[in-house]
Amino acid sequence: MASDPRRKAPRPGFVLDVDRSTPPILFHHGENFRLEKLPAGRSRVIYPAEPLPGLPDPDDSIRQALLNPIDDDPLPTLLKPGMKLTIAFDDISLPLPSMRAPDIRQRIIEQVLDMAAAAGVDDVHLIAALALHRRMTESELRHALGDRVYDAFAPQGALYNHDAEDPDGMVELGQTRHDEAVTMNKRAAESDLLIYVNLNIVSMDGGWKSTATGLSGYSGIKNHHNVHTMQNSRSFMDRHASELHKSNWRQGEVIKKHGPRVFQIETTINNNTFGYDGPMSVLQKREWEWSAKDRATFIGMRSGLNAMPSSARRKIFQSWKAPYELTSVQAGEVEAVHEATLENCFKQHIVPVEGQTDILTLGLPYICPYNVNSVMNPILVMCLGLGYFFNMYRGQPLVREGGVLIMSHPTPWEFHPVHHPSYIDFFEQVLSDTTDPIEIEKKYEKQFAEDEWYRHLYRTSYAYHGVHPFYMWYWGAHALQWLGRVIIVGGDPRSVRRLGFQPASTLQDALEMASDVVGPHGTITHMHNPPILMADVT
Amino acid sequence: MIRESLSGKRIAITGATGFLGTALVERLLRAVPDCELVLVVRPGRRGAQSRVDRDILKNDAFDKLRTAFADDPVAAGGLEGETFADMCKRRITALAGDVATDGMNLDADGLALLGTCDIAIHSAAAVSFDSALDDAVEVNLLGPHRVAKALSDAAEAHNRPEPAHLVAVSTCYVAGSRRGKAPEQLVNESPFYVDVDWRDEVANARRARLQAESRSRTPECLKNLEKEAYNGLGPAGGPAISERTEQLRKRWVGKQMTAAGRSRASSLGFPDAYAFTKALGERALVETRGNVPVSIVRPSIIESALSEPSPGWIRGFRMAEPVIAAYARGLLKEFPGVPEGVIDVIPCDLVVATILAVAARGPKLDENGVDHPDVTQIASGASNPLEYGQMVDLVRIWFTEHPVYDEKNQPISVPEWSFPGRGRVSRQLGRARKGLDIAEKVLDALPLRGRQAEFGAGLEERKGQLEQASGYVDLYGAYTECEAIYGLDNMYELWNSLDEADRAAFRMDPKLVHWPTYIHTIHLPNMVKAARLKMSPGTRQSSSRNDRLRKQVLDPRRELAVFDLENTLIASNVVASYSWLATRHLDTPDRARFVAKTLREIPTLLALDRADRSDFLRYFYRRFEDAPVDRLAADSAEMLSDLLITKSFPAGIRRVREHRRAGHRTLLITGALELVIEPLRPLFDDIVASEMSITDGTYDGRLTGVPPTGEARYQTLVDYAEAHDINLQESVAYADSSSDLPMLEAVGFPVAVNPETKLASIARKRAWLIEHWDKSKGAPSRVLPIGPLSHGLARTRKILDRSKS
Repeated sequence: MASDPRRKAPRPGFVLDVDRSTPPILFHHGENFRLEKLPAGRSRVIYPAEPLPGLPDPDDSIRQALLNPIDDDPLPTLLKPGMKLTIAFDDISLPLPSMRAPDIRQRIIEQVLDMAAAAGVDDVHLIAALALHRRMTESELRHALGDRVYDAFAPQGALYNHDAEDPDGMVELGQTRHDEAVTMNKRAAESDLLIYVNLNIVSMDGGWKSTATGLSGYSGIKNHHNVHTMQNSRSFMDRHASELHKSNWRQGEVIKKHGPRVFQIETTINNNTFGYDGPMSVLQKREWEWSAKDRATFIGMRSGLNAMPSSARRKIFQSWKAPYELTSVQAGEVEAVHEATLENCFKQHIVPVEGQTDILTLGLPYICPYNVNSVMNPILVMCLGLGYFFNMYRGQPLVREGGVLIMSHPTPWEFHPVHHPSYIDFFEQVLSDTTDPIEIEKKYEKQFAEDEWYRHLYRTSYAYHGVHPFYMWYWGAHALQWLGRVIIVGGDPRSVRRLGFQPASTLQDALEMASDVVGPHGTITHMHNPPILMADVT
Repeated sequence: MIRESLSGKRIAITGATGFLGTALVERLLRAVPDCELVLVVRPGRRGAQSRVDRDILKNDAFDKLRTAFADDPVAAGGLEGETFADMCKRRITALAGDVATDGMNLDADGLALLGTCDIAIHSAAAVSFDSALDDAVEVNLLGPHRVAKALSDAAEAHNRPEPAHLVAVSTCYVAGSRRGKAPEQLVNESPFYVDVDWRDEVANARRARLQAESRSRTPECLKNLEKEAYNGLGPAGGPAISERTEQLRKRWVGKQMTAAGRSRASSLGFPDAYAFTKALGERALVETRGNVPVSIVRPSIIESALSEPSPGWIRGFRMAEPVIAAYARGLLKEFPGVPEGVIDVIPCDLVVATILAVAARGPKLDENGVDHPDVTQIASGASNPLEYGQMVDLVRIWFTEHPVYDEKNQPISVPEWSFPGRGRVSRQLGRARKGLDIAEKVLDALPLRGRQAEFGAGLEERKGQLEQASGYVDLYGAYTECEAIYGLDNMYELWNSLDEADRAAFRMDPKLVHWPTYIHTIHLPNMVKAARLKMSPGTRQSSSRNDRLRKQVLDPRRELAVFDLENTLIASNVVASYSWLATRHLDTPDRARFVAKTLREIPTLLALDRADRSDFLRYFYRRFEDAPVDRLAADSAEMLSDLLITKSFPAGIRRVREHRRAGHRTLLITGALELVIEPLRPLFDDIVASEMSITDGTYDGRLTGVPPTGEARYQTLVDYAEAHDINLQESVAYADSSSDLPMLEAVGFPVAVNPETKLASIARKRAWLIEHWDKSKGAPSRVLPIGPLSHGLARTRKILDRSKS
């Protein structure tokens, strides 16, 4: 394994022009895959970079980062006996899929705790900074932090999930210069030091968004999680061109002034989502390089999956733990740290692409940030395609304005009743009325956000907040505004239509339908994602 | 002549609320503008006058006259500036009386009023072909005699030299089931008449009632009835079963009496109890009339009007209509009868004209001026016969051109009858019914819910239809096989005596009817309207009906929405939640043992649950004995996610919230333990659940009160409504099982959710809203309700195992 040449000399991402000799291209399709022949002469495929080599000694790199922070004092000097220390960390939505143990959060937090113990700090709280996401279960927390940390803190009530709806657990730190409220978890806000442990899988994560959003509540978050902001973030993956981030940074100013001292730790991982060998490894290889063994594995995997009921397929995929490796870790002052992180992040993700396309095709995988150990419901399908993948660009969108987006996903009418109760009602009641984000925001957001039952489920069960499905819809608002048509290949026609999109049974049909919008010779670009890539479109 | 001779007269009418009676009142008001009417009606709860207003004058028969009065009262025969209502007030007097009791329940004033009448038309009858023997005897047999007696008493009391002329409406079928001519003669003058003493028949009919009542109370009979009630309702609780049993007992007695009537009638050569009691009624009348002059008018089967008050006018769903409707729906694949036989029907306006002509003519006097009872028949068979086969053809042709649509919007094609004998049809129907019986028993034994259960309810409905069909065959078969020809000599004598004006105004000649026109353009188009048959495809009734019902249920005027929990909002039960809680702290081998034990117990538990829900709960909850309160509270908070929400019906949860948004109070009443459903509290305004008593921080396995299931749930609801000043008629209840029937029946808007077979059929029959709520697709599925191992325990064990090795 170690001798694999790709580990030492990973090839960058690149753009392939499809000709007649190009083999069928792999499309992710939920808990399954499709092989699609793209039309020669007018199609191209963007491949992600191969995984960058991981840091040889992650624990030592972490230690070095903590001892030599950017624009800040070494962590041990910040730790004093009798102080109030809070460690906040990213929740289950990162990374995707979950990584093999030990999780990076565990590695970092164990070292931070060792330093704190050495400095005689004994008032330490650990908070899963989940904002309005669902609470993490005990086993998820154990996976992220390790049994040692869990058993030492959870029984004492010092390790817990952030609760944005706890009337006694939140404080307002002030207003930004744009009159945006800044709210924060009370324990975190009142700490002498707040250490935030990030796992930055994409360039959207981290920076002031960690604390300003992750430890905030509805009244703080609604200032940037709204249709206006999302329509004006081009894209929200590009921190400097994103209204979402500008608002978070303004809130950061308030935190800097009125909040706790923040010590930011950010980390980047490589693209090793499916491993170099094993059954999934074929998914991060380029199709013309598939060996006979790869082909056999793929065919076997697909026929096996086809024979399974969807619940069994889901179980298999959700149990996959990615062998991600740490590529960088930086600690210290929030903004400086984040700039370094972005650079490291882009090193892995950026693929230069020349010019826009008429038709963008996507194969949507089985997972997005909000269905870990859960079900990818139709609203999440929309969010993953039009929110995340569409916005994986720098410069200008991959697809031209008025172009067509074709996504491949089964889009079943299925919801996890525990995790996504408000999604079910959003789908049944809101989307059956309108799919226009502005109207949805105006007419329904408040009702869902302030609903007592959703609030109860968010706080005591494992439900996303009542307002969360709205954010999913807003995440796609820029794309909805931009695109001329959205087609889902192989999706349940009922749910696809409910989303306001058009169902097609094959890619050929979808391309045919797209020609109504872009003409018969429209150019096609396929984004071969995951592993993750971000197009730098010039 | 008719108008002149009736004008200025006061005419008493019995049976004015009936089909013929209403037509009589209408015609007299319209065609004889200066007669007065005394309508003898049973007062009911509202009183005689109100019954006249509501049950007679509101009928669409009066539309024509009402319009005429609105246009020009004088031309319509009224006074200047008079409205229809004024005219009715002026000319009609309501008189409370009942022909089914001796003395007709008339007080002195009533008798006095009757004494002022010149003519009495007795048209009250128990016309139902399956009425109980004693009911038919009281009305049909003794009725005419009582009217005659009252008339003679009234005359005597008022020193009237001559009592009023009594025109009694009978039926042609008093001639009995016979072939050939049946002339207009008194029944005892017929050579085929078996003379029985009507007084004996009266006494025996009354005794038969007493006997049937006492037989219905024998232990064997009651046991069977109770079993039947249970089979119909399931474990609905004692009071509901008792109520149902008593209903069934009354129905059983009724059936016995119907059977007694039919068998007595056929033993004497009559097609049914109606004809039989009518025949004896004529005998009794003639025998006891004293000095009351009597004329008898015998129509055959009266059907919708030919032209008056309007073509096709009919009141009620009469003899032929249910059969025709059943045929149009494709239910009657065969019907017995002789195709060449004559089916003797007569439009009602012809009958009305005949009665009025007889009344106008007055009593039949002999050369000495002495009156003799006389008979006038009005039927079609002798002068303008409609053959049975021809009628069936006409009906079939019409329904082929105008098909009825089924609930899937497909036209129903009507079958062609081959006219087999009555026996063969009965046998066919019997076989079909037996097949459905078996299918239904099998379905009943299966634990079905929701849509499958509705299929079962569909079977029951089909069985009901078959039963109805064979009922028709039993009841009317005799009529379709009757080949008597009713003489019309007296009728034609009367007709011939009329002048042109009368003949135009009071048409009574059956030859005026052109059968194909009558059936195709008059009778059937009106019948399908009256029967509300679905004559066009249109929207699917059921879905629009459900939408309508849903809107009603969520209307802001509703006050309370009460919910059952298990299988109404959540696909789970007490056993599942118990085993979830119980296994949460067991390790793997113990879990396996627990599962095996619980599985072994299932038959016992099911049997107990079926017998009595609250006994089952008490028995089952003993298992919680010694369970620590704190731990269960913590575990049940976790169970909210892992069991309750996972197994919930999102549409149901949404409905609860919609009710709250609509401003309704929401209440959960469940037999589940309070500790289990505690996390659901924020969903409802109030929760009533089973509570267990606590000693020293542990549960003792005993309930503090009666668990709220079955009738106790009903009582809980009633108490709650009283305490919160809630009108249950403005409330909504959701439940899934017939054991909740008392609760569902208590509210104005019951909703059956995923109903099991029995409730499904009840809900369908009563047109309740039926909801099919499913678990969320995508919910994690687990075969056994086993709690995930508490992690604390798993961890300890891992450490222990490690230290061992």
